[in-house]
Formats: sequence, structure tokens, C-alpha cells
Amino acid sequence: MNLELVLPILIPLISGALSVALWRSVRYQRILAVLATALLLAASVWLLRSTIDQGFLVMEMGSWPAPFSIVFVSDILSAIMIVLTGIIGLAIAIYSLASTPSGHEKFGYYPLMHLLLAGVAGSFLTGDIFNLFVWFEVMLLASFALLTLGGERAQMEGAIKYVTLNLFSSAMFLSAVGLLYGTVGTLNMADIAQKVATLEDPGMVTVISMMFMVSFGIKAAAFPLFFWLPASYHTPQVAVSALFAGLLTKVGVYALYRVFTLIFTQDVEYTHTILLWAAALTMLTGVLGAAAQFEFRRILSFHIVSQIGYMILGLALFTPLAIIGGVFYIMHHIIVKTNLFLVSGIVYRLLGSYELKDLGGMYKERPMLALLFLIPALSLAGIPPLSGFFAKFVVIRAGLEAEAYVVTGIGLLVGLLTLYSMIKIWAEVFWKKRPEHVESLGRLRGEIKTGHKYAYFIPVVGLAACTLFIGLNGQPIYELAEMAADQLTSPELYIDAVLGGAQ
Amino acid sequence: MESLMAYVVGILFAAAIYMMLRRSIVKLVIGLIMLSNAANLLIFVVSGMTRGAPPLLPEGADAPLGAVADPLPQALILTAIVIAFGVLAFAVVLIRRAYEVVGTDDLDQMKDTDT
Repeated sequence: MNLELVLPILIPLISGALSVALWRSVRYQRILAVLATALLLAASVWLLRSTIDQGFLVMEMGSWPAPFSIVFVSDILSAIMIVLTGIIGLAIAIYSLASTPSGHEKFGYYPLMHLLLAGVAGSFLTGDIFNLFVWFEVMLLASFALLTLGGERAQMEGAIKYVTLNLFSSAMFLSAVGLLYGTVGTLNMADIAQKVATLEDPGMVTVISMMFMVSFGIKAAAFPLFFWLPASYHTPQVAVSALFAGLLTKVGVYALYRVFTLIFTQDVEYTHTILLWAAALTMLTGVLGAAAQFEFRRILSFHIVSQIGYMILGLALFTPLAIIGGVFYIMHHIIVKTNLFLVSGIVYRLLGSYELKDLGGMYKERPMLALLFLIPALSLAGIPPLSGFFAKFVVIRAGLEAEAYVVTGIGLLVGLLTLYSMIKIWAEVFWKKRPEHVESLGRLRGEIKTGHKYAYFIPVVGLAACTLFIGLNGQPIYELAEMAADQLTSPELYIDAVLGGAQ
Repeated sequence: MESLMAYVVGILFAAAIYMMLRRSIVKLVIGLIMLSNAANLLIFVVSGMTRGAPPLLPEGADAPLGAVADPLPQALILTAIVIAFGVLAFAVVLIRRAYEVVGTDDLDQMKDTDT
């Protein structure tokens, strides 16, 4: 009985239910949100520690032996993702105390946040392909409701695109699961991997793998399937944006990593070449889209797309070093991207706009905030000694070693253009003199209350500290990514761990 | 029977995509409903259709005698139907709210958040 394996799912589920029970008392819901996410973080660290000790943790639901039961499996990659979920969950819960409008809090913001975290954690831990679909839907339904909370026009328009494309992706995922079941007759991922390897005609499996690629590609916002992301991520209130930016697309990336290292490795030449070009074009279109934008959160949204490209690049090159780089990149990116959205929320709170033309003069007024923006922004662009530098360095080096020069060149170019976008925000928001029409707009909101100040700045400072920590203390993080990559590149370990007990 | 059902699945998918590509948001949701139904039917067909052989054990037997229907796909479909019901209920409310807020049901008019 590995309690730590189910705690990351149980904690948010239970606290979500408790939050609903405390519907009338927003105050208790707020306390519960912070407590539960802190508990989630603690449980996730426990999970990571015991996964490092034991290699794999496996739990069979109802004690039915695998492959007949639904299994929950934690390898190093899952455990890392769960820790990141805990970090982001806690940061968002604290930040929400100040940033969430009270109308949203009264209409179930906190229960939905817990539900979303449960869905994300479940997706990372499950070892059953249909169960993965169920957790995806849990996560999606919570995200639909969070996205539309508030009901403004832009939110509705963004939500229609978000809901449609995500439902389409779910239907595709479900069809692919059905076809896969029809082909191999099992749903347990380890069992599928074993049976796929022994099939005589791998052509059908390649077709199914493409369906998985498209479905997870939509969820991960990979080229050419990313249009729902920049159309919707800048519409909800900022804590929701930051939560989505940190976690949701990364669930899609995680699913790609899982199935394309474990199950669909029968035709790497074909599938991973497609992934490689998708990665290159994702990077390029994302960063060019960002260059054309002049709204704080839209720029950041497009950069999510371009950064997803690097993660998929790590998977697509499919060498041990590249997978290390990809895992490292995911760790760095989740923290940095959430942090940038949180900073944009503070700027919005002070100046009342996300449009770059309405912002300015922040460096003079708040040099600390400027510094807090600069840390994640430069990290995103990959300036040493911040976390992004090492993440990019490993991926690019893996690209050179695999002799994929064109794609690697695109990766370097995209890094440069990322720096351009970050400098654009820096110059417009922090350095530029505040334009005169801003005062007359009457959007300035004055000073932040002292209590709110803590809630706004603790998560930002904490995440910036994580970025610095990863950057200055890269070796242990790299070793962690290496352990994850070792497990991913030898799927027989995973299969043994899950099915070993049954044989 | 199975080849007939395969055609039905294909037609459902085609009709769903056609509806989703139209401009009205109501037709969009109808397309989504058909899409999820098509996916459910697909699971049912590809996992093999066995008629009149419920997976029940006769008394005293350890394993079923002869071929029986596979109960697992039906359990999957049941789960998927419930999930699709919840999600589509949300989608219906969403298009109603969107219609109230935006004042049109034409997707071509909903371009404010596009880039």
C-alpha cells in the first residue's frame, strides 16, 4: 500500500468537496485552498522521494492484479510533474487570495481549482489509457468552468474555441483508445506496450499513434493545432491564466512523452520525424506570433506555444540526452511561465491594463517588481545563469549531437526572438515613460493593501527563487532529469514494474 | 452487421465534422454531440460485436463456455457517455450565455479574441 501514490489525487479531490460544503463561507474556502495546496506540495515531495528510492511505485485499484485493474504508476517523470503541480497549486492559491474578484470566489472558484489540480495529478499518475481519458475530462471540465467564470464577452468567445477544440481532441483520443483496444485487447499502458511490440503488422499501430499525436498535440498546443490557446488564455482573470499556462498544456506534453516513449516506438523513424518538424514549426510560429502582439498576456500566451516546441523537440530527437533536455525544459518552463503571468497580474492591478501602449514607468516606481519580471523573462529567453539557459543548452546540444542542424538552428533563432519579445515588454512596461493618456483613463488603482501585497508577492518571489535555484544549482536537477530519461528510454523497466507482480 | 455499423460510424463522423464547420454555434454543438456519439459507436464496433452471448458463467464453471461478448467496451462507452453528457451540458449552457453576451450566434462575428 503506497499511500503517497494516491495522496496527490485524494488531497485536491477531498478539499474540493469540502470547499463545496463550505460554499457560504468564502473565508474558510480561502484558508482551505492554501492549506490543501501546501499539503499537496508536501505529499508530492514525499512521492518524489520514495519514487527516487524505489524506482517505480505501482498501485492496483481494488487489489486486482494488473493488467485487469486500473493501475496508478509513478515513475520519476510523473513524480517530477506532481511536484511541479504542487508548487504551482500553492503559488496560485496564495495569489488568488488577493487577485480573485469576490464574485468569482462566491461562485465556486476554489472548488474548481481543487478539481483542476486533481485532474492534472490524476493524468500524471495513471497507468491506464482509458483512465487517462477520464482524468483529462475531469481537468477539462474544471478548466471550462474556470475559463468562463465571470462571463465577459471575450471570455465567452475564447471559451467557445477552447471548448470546441478540446472536445474534438477528446473525441479523437477516445476513438484512438477504442481502436487500440480493438487491436491489442487491453487498456493497461504497460500491457499495451508489451503487446504492440509483438504485433506482426505494425501499420495499424502507426495509424493509431498518429491519432494520439493529433489529440495530444491539440492539448499541448503544438503546431498546427494551437489556435485555441492564444484565443482564450488571455481572457480569464489572471490567476486562472497563470494556472492554465503552467499546467494544462504540459499535461498534453506529458501524455506525448508517455505514449511516444512507452507504447509507440515501433516506427520511430516515421512518427518522431513528424514530431520533429511539428516541434520546429511550433517554436517558430509561436515566437513570430508573439512578435506581432502588443498585449502583455497575449505575448506570453504565444510564448507558451513556442516553448512547447522545445519540449516536443526533446522527445522527437529521441536520444537519451534529448529526453533529459526535454524533461529539464518542462521543469524550468512551468515555473517561469506561471511566474510571468503572475507578474502581468500585478502590473494589471497597479495600472489597470494589459495593453502595452497603456503601460509604462514601472521601473521608476517599482524597481523590485521590475527585477522580479526580469528574472523569469531572461530565464525564458535562456540567459545564463538562469534556469532557461541550462534547459536550452541541453536540448540544443542534443540536437547538434543528433545532427539535426536545421531544427537546432531554428531553436537558437527562436531563443533570440524570445529575447526580443521579453525586451519589448521590458521597454514598454518598465522603461518607457508612462503615456499621458493613461492618467485620464482613470484606471489607476492606487496602492495595494498590505495584506494583499503579501499574497501578490510571496508566490512571485518564491517562483523566482525556484528559477534561480534551478539555474545556480543545476547539477541535482539535471541528475533528476537524467533519472527520468533513463526510465523513459528503457520502457521494459516500466513494463516490468507494472506487470512484474502478475507473472 | 459489423460492416454496416462501420459505415454508420463513418457517416456520423462526417456529419459531425460538417456540422462543426458551419457558422452557427447551435450547429457547432450539434456537431460535437454527434462526434462523441460517433466515437462511442466506434469503440463498440472495433472491439467486436457478439450477439446473444452475455458474459455470464454457468453455475460451477470457472471460465465461460465458448465465445462471449466482451463487457469491457460497454463499460468504457458507458463512462464516455456520462462524461460526454456532462461536458455537452456545459457546452449548451455556454452557447446560450455566449448568445446573450455577444448577441449573435454567428461564429464569424466572434473574432475579438482572435489574433
